[in-house]
Amino acid sequence: MAKLTLTPNIDLPDDFYAELIEAHDGLTKTESDALNARLVLIFANHIGDRAVLAEAIRVAKEAG
Amino acid sequence: MTKIFEVSLYPYERSPDQDRVSPKRHPVVVIGAGPIGLGLAIDLAQADVPVVVLDENDKVSFGSRAICFAKRPLEILDRLGCGERMVAKGVEWELGKVFFDERQVFEFHLQPESGHQRPAFINLQQYYFEQFMVERVRELQAMGKPIEIRGGNKVVAVGNHPDHTHIEIETPEGPYELEADWLVACDGANSPTRRMLNLDFVGEVFEDNFLIADVVMEADFPTERWFWFDPPFNRGQSALLHKQPDNVWRIDFQIGWDIDREKELKPENIDRRVRAMFGPEVEYELEWSSIYTFQCRLMEKFHHGRVIFAGDSAHLVSPFGARGANSGLQDTDNLGWKLNLILEGKAPVSLLDSYDAERIHGAEENIVNSTRSTDFITPKSQISRVFRDAVLNLAERHAFARPFVNSGRLSVPCSYDGSPLNTPDALEGGPAHTRPGAPCPDVPLGDGYLLPKLGGRFTLLTINADAPDEVEQGGITATRLALSAKDDPSGALAARYLGEAPSAVYLIRPDQHVAARFPEYNDAQVRFAIRRATGKE
Repeated sequence: MAKLTLTPNIDLPDDFYAELIEAHDGLTKTESDALNARLVLIFANHIGDRAVLAEAIRVAKEAG
Repeated sequence: MTKIFEVSLYPYERSPDQDRVSPKRHPVVVIGAGPIGLGLAIDLAQADVPVVVLDENDKVSFGSRAICFAKRPLEILDRLGCGERMVAKGVEWELGKVFFDERQVFEFHLQPESGHQRPAFINLQQYYFEQFMVERVRELQAMGKPIEIRGGNKVVAVGNHPDHTHIEIETPEGPYELEADWLVACDGANSPTRRMLNLDFVGEVFEDNFLIADVVMEADFPTERWFWFDPPFNRGQSALLHKQPDNVWRIDFQIGWDIDREKELKPENIDRRVRAMFGPEVEYELEWSSIYTFQCRLMEKFHHGRVIFAGDSAHLVSPFGARGANSGLQDTDNLGWKLNLILEGKAPVSLLDSYDAERIHGAEENIVNSTRSTDFITPKSQISRVFRDAVLNLAERHAFARPFVNSGRLSVPCSYDGSPLNTPDALEGGPAHTRPGAPCPDVPLGDGYLLPKLGGRFTLLTINADAPDEVEQGGITATRLALSAKDDPSGALAARYLGEAPSAVYLIRPDQHVAARFPEYNDAQVRFAIRRATGKE
């Protein structure tokens, strides 16, 4: 079974972070929420593995 | 023209039972002559079990009400001798389209597999459905079968005793009393029987209203199910369009929780909605309209002593998914053969515990599915709506998002996994969808289809395997249906019943669910499986 990756896994993290924030430039709160929801669904489908997704939800809830 | 639902189909007639000093005892009394009550009564009468159906009215359902009938109930109706007339009159459809705002976001096919005699779905007004069932009752009566419908018979009190029930009935000519070994309450969502016995009906109410309008119009839309999320003609809400026979179109408008019912139902208001949807020039006639709210509720047990509940009286689901009448017919399909064996003394009364186990499992599955549909159609929170809209926006361009779109997961029969009647699977390499507990999938054979050959009795289906023609065990006979590769021109039999296995022997229950399966015939194992499937192990 695949495991949720919780160690650094993205090249040039500052570039990706800036790209994520820039994607929201000029959007209203409603538009931003919608974009985030679409992103979550696209990422989730890419991961696919239900156990990994469940683990991700758990980790995200715990960190809040 | 007088509509069928305005005609009295089983008017009150005096029964000799009303002139008796002491109440007449019947083996089975059914309360409610709707689709579920009539389905059970026909099943029992075909097996020569005397049955009396009581109904306070004398007509079929008012308005179209339940209109979508799924493949499995049609297969059950075939066994009840009225499937063909339903399919002949009904409108077949297989394509569903989903719209969001002004765009079509995707379409789906309902029947993923070919080689089934019956279509995935037909649309048919409930009044026709009931009329065809009443016709079947009349045919059975003409054949001398012991079945009676008593219109104008209102049950006002029910006594549940250890070995019988006592029923008090009001008629236009005054009250009388009956006794029944078994009383089956098919008296609908507001079941008076359930209330008389003070039984719980736990669940949730959804805070929303839907306006149904059945309109008669000449329209050249294709025969498809169209579902709109947030369309221009019903902003912020949903809508559904379906075709029924006789050019009747069913429109469901979601209209929200805080509404003025009386105002919404005014013809001029419905007219405004219909014209917003189809354009100002549309010509139509309004046949029936209604506003409904919906609930998901479930009785803790369906079987209480000598009183048994089936259909909406036992479980309620939202209409999205067409799981109401369809699951009710599966209740009676499950119940009929069990009651018959108990009345013949061939199975213990405890066999009815499996009715609870299997049909509560079915009802829970239906409630989960219809609740999820409801949460998608009517998001309960702002974030739920954000995700819903995200799914719909993605679905238009990307296939991955389409499986999330939930405008109703349409009724499919459940597998009785974990049922006390199942014998553990012994067929190595056998396909998962014919495992013990599963409903038998249909298969085209050289000269017809598999399901009609299974009939309504215990069947020993052998594929490339030897077995005796009949196995008699404790008064119950399983009759062999011998098939082999030469009966399987399409290969569907092998795909659906053999999988990797070279041969198989299936024990199939009268309701066409798999009880057990083996690689070959083993006398002791088959006899054990028959005993287990009839509540004796």
